[in-house]
Amino acid sequence: MGKIFKFNQDVDTDQIIASQYLLFPTIDDMKVHAFESLDPVFASNVEPGDYVVASENFGCGSSREQAPSVLKALGVKAVIAKSFARIFYRNAINIGLPVIVCKELHDNVEAGDEMELSLQEGIVHVGDKEYECTKLPEYMQGILDQGGLIASLNRE
Amino acid sequence: MGKTIIQKIIKNNTGIDAKPGDIVTVNVDRVMIHDIFIPFVASKFEEMGFTKLWDADKVVLVYDHLVPASQVDDTRHFKIGNEFVEKYGMKNIHRSDGICHQLMTEAGYVKPGDIVFGTDSHTTTYGCVGAFSSGIGYTEMASILGTGTMWVKVPETIKVNITGKLPDNVMAKDIILKLIRDLGADGATYKALEFAGDTVKNMSVASRMSMSNMAIEAGAKCALFSPDEKTAEYCEITLTDKERDLVADSDAVYCKEINYRAEDFVPVMACPSNVDNVKPVDEIISNAEGGNIAVDQVFIGSCTNGRLEDLMAAAEVLKGKKVAPFVKLIVTPASRKIYRQAAKNGTLKILAEAGAMITHPSCGLCCGRAGGILTDGEVVVATNNRNFLGRMGTSKVSIYLASPKTAASCAIEGRITHA
Repeated sequence: MGKIFKFNQDVDTDQIIASQYLLFPTIDDMKVHAFESLDPVFASNVEPGDYVVASENFGCGSSREQAPSVLKALGVKAVIAKSFARIFYRNAINIGLPVIVCKELHDNVEAGDEMELSLQEGIVHVGDKEYECTKLPEYMQGILDQGGLIASLNRE
Repeated sequence: MGKTIIQKIIKNNTGIDAKPGDIVTVNVDRVMIHDIFIPFVASKFEEMGFTKLWDADKVVLVYDHLVPASQVDDTRHFKIGNEFVEKYGMKNIHRSDGICHQLMTEAGYVKPGDIVFGTDSHTTTYGCVGAFSSGIGYTEMASILGTGTMWVKVPETIKVNITGKLPDNVMAKDIILKLIRDLGADGATYKALEFAGDTVKNMSVASRMSMSNMAIEAGAKCALFSPDEKTAEYCEITLTDKERDLVADSDAVYCKEINYRAEDFVPVMACPSNVDNVKPVDEIISNAEGGNIAVDQVFIGSCTNGRLEDLMAAAEVLKGKKVAPFVKLIVTPASRKIYRQAAKNGTLKILAEAGAMITHPSCGLCCGRAGGILTDGEVVVATNNRNFLGRMGTSKVSIYLASPKTAASCAIEGRITHA
């Protein structure tokens, strides 16, 4: 089980990790600033195994791969949103961070609720409720299953 | 069934008659990496076990976000970039020639029909010459550097027809802002945009560039203009039959068609803090308390609107006038070449006499790292492509995006207005 951190629509990559931190040498240096403008205590409160739940168009804006990377580095288990921006979506899969489309979840949960994601079945459990998620295209699921693009390329 | 422009580009590249939704592996014609991401690309490339670039001539590295360096830490990126160039035998490096998206077409790296990827979301810009270009992250870039290939899902296409003559105070920027409003910030996600109609045909490549540049603000994967004589002149090429054929077939299938009359456009602005929060300038003024929104700073530049025609449009408004005494007007040409052209034809002189601060070609204020950072409560009217919270300073700065003509008018009046 993990806690839900809840965000609204059109969360852009500047909000996930602001551009002034992109020059820090490592993702670990940057991660303490994740979501700083929206939720200054996010990075100190999030624990490995927690989830980010958002509405439409999560991760819009710049191509910065640091956005999914800081979330993964903080231990976020998956991002579940109504929809994702294209580049963020690809980047997340490539680094091995599950990004799951679920139309219903956001409107039915509160920040702090406990949830569990069953990735293989594509189902989210919150309390006694279940929410069905859209499955990844096979090609992307393959990359994710192997732990991201680098692992996938190395295996080839 | 007929093909859209993107389907034709993919067919020419792969030989596959792909339909929207198909996943295909394309052969990449050119890639662009900029200074912010080169350290990560370099380390991922080596982590993947590659020892040489698939084709060093096809890789372009541009220093633009950090030029000239404003923090000591910025120089680390140049050092790593220079080492990468040396180690892998790259020749295409620009250390202070301008903004990456300007240089890719201006310096001849991108031609009609090419497939290009860059480590920047505004890589959609090269659709202005009929290239399929899109932004990616650094891990995928590292993979292309080693393999020369990339998988893509063939997008559906939204067709945008624009016919007629634009009003004098309206620029291409107003069109793309209105389109982003109508589509919404995710209205074109995973999709291609295709522009057509006589208004578009009569537009300069520079104006088309402003539009393809901002397509990502509606989530688009790419934004395509059919190559024509203007494209050929801009790229300094003669179009081949294959390039001439990059027009949609009459029976091509679209997921959506949008039609605009050019005469209906008015000067607009994207209001804080979303690019799709677009309103006519007249409406912004009439809804403001006392009909007045004071402006602290105006920025004319960026890969969206830092070209010669943009600077000239601003100069036309500013000629013989003075910037309001409390306003800082910052003008940043998009490239060294544009800077020289604007110096030669007198544009910079007009801007300087009006009170503009003219800076070196670079991303400048647009990426919020240097050159005019703002603070709580301040208002900036800017010609770039994003007004996200905190982009140009603190998260309490109000950023309004506008055309160069509108921005120049605001600089003179010291309040939100239009030409």
